Amino acid sequence: MKSLILFFILLTLWLLMSGHYSILIISLGIFSCAFCVFVAKRGKLIDDEGLPIFFIPRLLNYIIWLFKEILKSNLSTAKVIINGKVEPETFTVKASQVTDVAKVTYANSITLTPGTVTTKMQKDVFEVHALNSDFGNDVRTNEMDNKVTWLEGKN
Amino acid sequence: MELILDIFSGICFFIGSLSIIIGACGLIKLPDVFSRIHAAGMIDTGGTAFFILGMIFQTGWSLITVKLILIGVFIFFTSPVTSHVTANLARQKNILPVGKKIGKIL
Repeated sequence: MKSLILFFILLTLWLLMSGHYSILIISLGIFSCAFCVFVAKRGKLIDDEGLPIFFIPRLLNYIIWLFKEILKSNLSTAKVIINGKVEPETFTVKASQVTDVAKVTYANSITLTPGTVTTKMQKDVFEVHALNSDFGNDVRTNEMDNKVTWLEGKN
Repeated sequence: MELILDIFSGICFFIGSLSIIIGACGLIKLPDVFSRIHAAGMIDTGGTAFFILGMIFQTGWSLITVKLILIGVFIFFTSPVTSHVTANLARQKNILPVGKKIGKIL
């Protein structure tokens, strides 16, 4: 089932990237996608971690929210750089996600918003470096944590 | 119609270049490794996002648009990894960030 989904994702990507729709090219694409799925299945890569399809239903909502956050924090980072009022701080937060993919998504989201970077992680505790106490408070309110837990949809 | 699209893409290019210039200034100006990563992250997100948006306005609706969106998606997946690797390597070499530390850090 999962290999079939992976096959169709790969085939869609092939069709969008190539732009040539002759029979030879499409059959080559089908062949190479099937070969990739075969190799991935032999290497036991097709599981919840390799192909996190349980994200997909709520992904669009999350991405729109994330883009809004990125835009806001880009503006604040630009302000901090121009003002020169830098008071860096380091602290730890606890991630409430269950699966590893969701934890990585949370850490990546923290890093993707400028002003906060995940520097280290141990099990479910992240060490976060923030440029300013405002950025630090944004992470400490756990809004993003709750959003990623909602995106995961496991509890 | 052409003119409106040109104006929109021009605005996007302007905002993108502005955020890249501010990020580059931050790379020089900020005090230590960890703070400089924030400036680099600003170039990665704000700069590339607005440049790709401007290019999408220029190309119109075609297969090239899909390819541009894919470039954006891949950059958004890979840039936090590079930021995290830089920060993590600095922490492994026992470089402590300047500024205050709240609570017990790892």
